Amino acid sequence: MSNSIIRNTLRFIVLVLAQITLFNNIEFLGYINPYPYILFILLFPIGDNRALLLFSSFLLGLSIDMFTNSGGMHAAASVTVAYIRPWILQSIFGIAYEYNAVKISTAAYGERLLFISIMIFAHHLILFSLESFNFSDIIYILKKTLFSGVFTLTLCMLFITLFSFRRK
Amino acid sequence: MQQIVNFLIKYRNFLLFAFLLFLSLVFTIQSHSYHRSKFVNSANFLSGGIFTAIDNVSTYFDLKTHNEQLLAENSRLRQQLLNTRDSVSQKIDTSSFGTKFKITTAKVINNNYSHKDNFLTLKAGRDAGIKQDLGVITSKGIVGIVDKVSPGYATVMSILNSNSQINAKLKKSNHFGILVWKGGDPNLVDLIDVQSKAPVKQGDTIVTGGKSTIFPEGIGIGTIEQFALDPTENFYSIKVKLFNDMTNVGHVYVIENLDRKEIQTLEQETRDEQ
Repeated sequence: MSNSIIRNTLRFIVLVLAQITLFNNIEFLGYINPYPYILFILLFPIGDNRALLLFSSFLLGLSIDMFTNSGGMHAAASVTVAYIRPWILQSIFGIAYEYNAVKISTAAYGERLLFISIMIFAHHLILFSLESFNFSDIIYILKKTLFSGVFTLTLCMLFITLFSFRRK
Repeated sequence: MQQIVNFLIKYRNFLLFAFLLFLSLVFTIQSHSYHRSKFVNSANFLSGGIFTAIDNVSTYFDLKTHNEQLLAENSRLRQQLLNTRDSVSQKIDTSSFGTKFKITTAKVINNNYSHKDNFLTLKAGRDAGIKQDLGVITSKGIVGIVDKVSPGYATVMSILNSNSQINAKLKKSNHFGILVWKGGDPNLVDLIDVQSKAPVKQGDTIVTGGKSTIFPEGIGIGTIEQFALDPTENFYSIKVKLFNDMTNVGHVYVIENLDRKEIQTLEQETRDEQ
């Protein structure tokens, strides 16, 4: 248990630092940035305290907001995906989820990809809608969601594969 | 009572979620309006310290460009100094220097340009005499306006921000308009509400107008890239290509207009009397 707390705290700090030092400065093609800090929410232990997940996701988003001067956009997007996570898990993994037998890093490739992409696109859609705050920019929002989403998805899949190798 | 407690226990996750979402939406909405009290900003000890650490490394990559910019500015100023027609008759009264504008230098430690509302963070704050609403420029042109200030750091609302509205004019004819940014290319901004009688031509220079108390008159902004009359045919909307490369800003000057308070008090009194 304490091992899990330490690992998640460490993941929180490393992801926030990586996001603000590295990924916020990529600016691929001028406006595309990946947001792989969402890995914290994806990899948070399943079946653990939901209130804790909500609260730590809020803190995660707020720390990113503090560094990017973006008010509470990242916090809102992170809290929302943290809240809908159980339903997405349930609809994808079904019975295995109810027996607490799901682990993202060891799940089948297709199911993992589906779960991560739903979470990422939901997160990015909320994030960019709040950023532009104007429904007449819907094309811009969707474009940015798609491009940044694919970028984040690639990075997330890469990181999960890289860092779960050891534990098999 | 029992039922209320039961309800709270049953829906505690939803209530927590609703509370946190509400909080973050409040922060978001505040960030979309100009100069509201904002709790979450990068002018603080923690983020300032981290940005300084990052900047200590990344500053080397841009060192060459920044040096060239400084050299170019120095040579321009020297040229002005040496080419002053008659140095005797144009006696420079040094005692009057700095009475109207006070200039402070600062280092940019964080800069974004890919969002809809962009901010910069400066490594100089209240202790260095920086206050809210001061103008920020480089040797080439304007950068933005100081937004939030902490003892050691300050955030600057970039001209690449949807809340930014700066008074600007054509250098040639003094017709003025409002400088805004609608997102997209960080090198292009829009100058709107320019009278249709103005002699607009491609390549003309746009400078700051004297109507605001933030920037001195005549600070460079950019050149006209393209222009069109708006549907009512009363105003031009002009695309302006910035002199500054907003994606690479190293050192900036923060300008304080020392008459600002006096002007504002006077204007306020006039308004109150009406």
